[in-house]
Amino acid sequence: MSFTTTFRQKLLSYKNSPVSAVLAALVLCCALATFGVLLYLILHIVVQGLPYVKLSTFAWEYTTENASVTPAIINTVVITVLSLLFAAPVGIFSAIYLVEYAGKKSRFIEIIRITTVTLAGIPSIIYGLFGMLFFVISCGFGFSLLSGALTLTIMILPLIIRTTEEALLSVPDSYREGSYGLGAGKLRTIFHIVLPAAVPGILAGIILSIGRIVGETAALVYTAGTVAQLPSSVMGSGRSLAIHMFTLANEGLYMDQAYATAVILLLLVVFINGLSYYLAKKFVRV
Amino acid sequence: MIRQAWNEQIMRGVFFAAACTSVLAVAFICIFLFHNGTLALSEIGLWDFLSGTVWRPNIEIFGIFPMIVGSLYVTAGAVLVGVPVGIFTAVFMAFYCPKKLYKPLKAATDILAGIPSVVYGFFGLVIIVPLVRDFGQFLGMGGNGNSIVTASLLLGIMILPTVISVTEASLRAVPTLYYEGAVALGATHEQSIFKVVVPAAKSGIVAAVVLGIGRAIGETMAVIMVAGNQARIPSDIFQGVRTLTANVVIEMGYATDLHREALIATGVVLFSFILLINLCLALLNRKEQ
Repeated sequence: MSFTTTFRQKLLSYKNSPVSAVLAALVLCCALATFGVLLYLILHIVVQGLPYVKLSTFAWEYTTENASVTPAIINTVVITVLSLLFAAPVGIFSAIYLVEYAGKKSRFIEIIRITTVTLAGIPSIIYGLFGMLFFVISCGFGFSLLSGALTLTIMILPLIIRTTEEALLSVPDSYREGSYGLGAGKLRTIFHIVLPAAVPGILAGIILSIGRIVGETAALVYTAGTVAQLPSSVMGSGRSLAIHMFTLANEGLYMDQAYATAVILLLLVVFINGLSYYLAKKFVRV
Repeated sequence: MIRQAWNEQIMRGVFFAAACTSVLAVAFICIFLFHNGTLALSEIGLWDFLSGTVWRPNIEIFGIFPMIVGSLYVTAGAVLVGVPVGIFTAVFMAFYCPKKLYKPLKAATDILAGIPSVVYGFFGLVIIVPLVRDFGQFLGMGGNGNSIVTASLLLGIMILPTVISVTEASLRAVPTLYYEGAVALGATHEQSIFKVVVPAAKSGIVAAVVLGIGRAIGETMAVIMVAGNQARIPSDIFQGVRTLTANVVIEMGYATDLHREALIATGVVLFSFILLINLCLALLNRKEQ
């Protein structure tokens, strides 16, 4: 919306309509409040927490004297890699089916649409409960990194499906037609023409889901567990960075380390989201 | 030629199977939760479970009414805080924001959406809890700061990005002709926005609010860190409450037998609320189409 009125004209209009002036003030105040809170939150945590980020914070072993984040970071990386290993192929393949194979108006598409929307709206604690009932107990995986990763797989699936779908949809049809015209089959067209063109968009979605995994707590407490040490395999229980931070803050014994972990977590997630944003923007330009 | 056709068919099947995964996941989640939840309900009785005001697992009394009330209070508070601020901010983003500021501010709302709930909870714990404690004492209400007010403020902040982005999108979907027409008739910038554009975007804004409610009612860790978690019906808003989500996480660690099943049933009640909200959203979308 462009402004063609001058500042003086605006002031004059406010004089005639005081309600407008109040509304304008409210709009500005609310915007200020929103971005002020965000700025304050980030500044407070970074300024208060950065002094506590020391070399000992990254010590190899977690001990009661030194609540090191290293095991938690490694656990987080393992859970993230495992989840993506499961979720990325399934998510990308289902998006391919939705965009390239299913008819635009088919009933199946509608059902999938409803289920992905439902999945996206389910709070993470419900995923956690389901993960505990299904992966931990019924499948017998116990509290383990594997159970956690499988639970998160279901959780990030809708995100990956949706972003991949958008990326595939924005590949121009002329690419596909050109490929068919040169004699390529459907499969070759998808893997050699459509997917490469959609890579930045798909990557943006995957990175976004990494951000969600790193920040996730409720879905992991009763699937991956809260053991502070490094497990010997993916079948062992271990806490992720976000759970580490939650336990530290909730126990109240290690507030310094909680601040330090908050800084690490916050910067990590902001960096990951920034990367995704950058990739998504790059994609639009193509 | 024939081998290629085989490839095509097989991969088509693989893609189809992948697409079915999410349907299966939803089905599994529903079956497992409802099956396990009904175990407790058949033993306790649905009505006693929902309307019981006493939660004492040690003597096997399971009434989750205080938690339902807690979730509703906290969600209502979050809506009260987050929705007006969110809608006004969305109006700012769509109609007031200087072009140069738009990109950084848009990125800022994305960051707001990306901050993990534990970090929000921690922020609430170290900043909002002391503030509310002092304010409560100033009013003579007492309380230690872990209260409905604190949780509402924090959840209000947490639903902002959802409310802002959905509202902004629906404001932008209103044809500019509406705005221009109103201005041409002599309305001020604000009158045109709030009397013409906002009403035209009504259904989108309602969807934003419903989505925000969904986020607030399902939030777990941040709420546990600031809400106090007492399993009783609060008498004023400076007292602590326990939400449905908090009930599950706090006690699941050591619960056994019926207690554990009652906690799963608590999750089922929460899940039913969420499904109800999803249904509302689906109906809203259909109406729009």
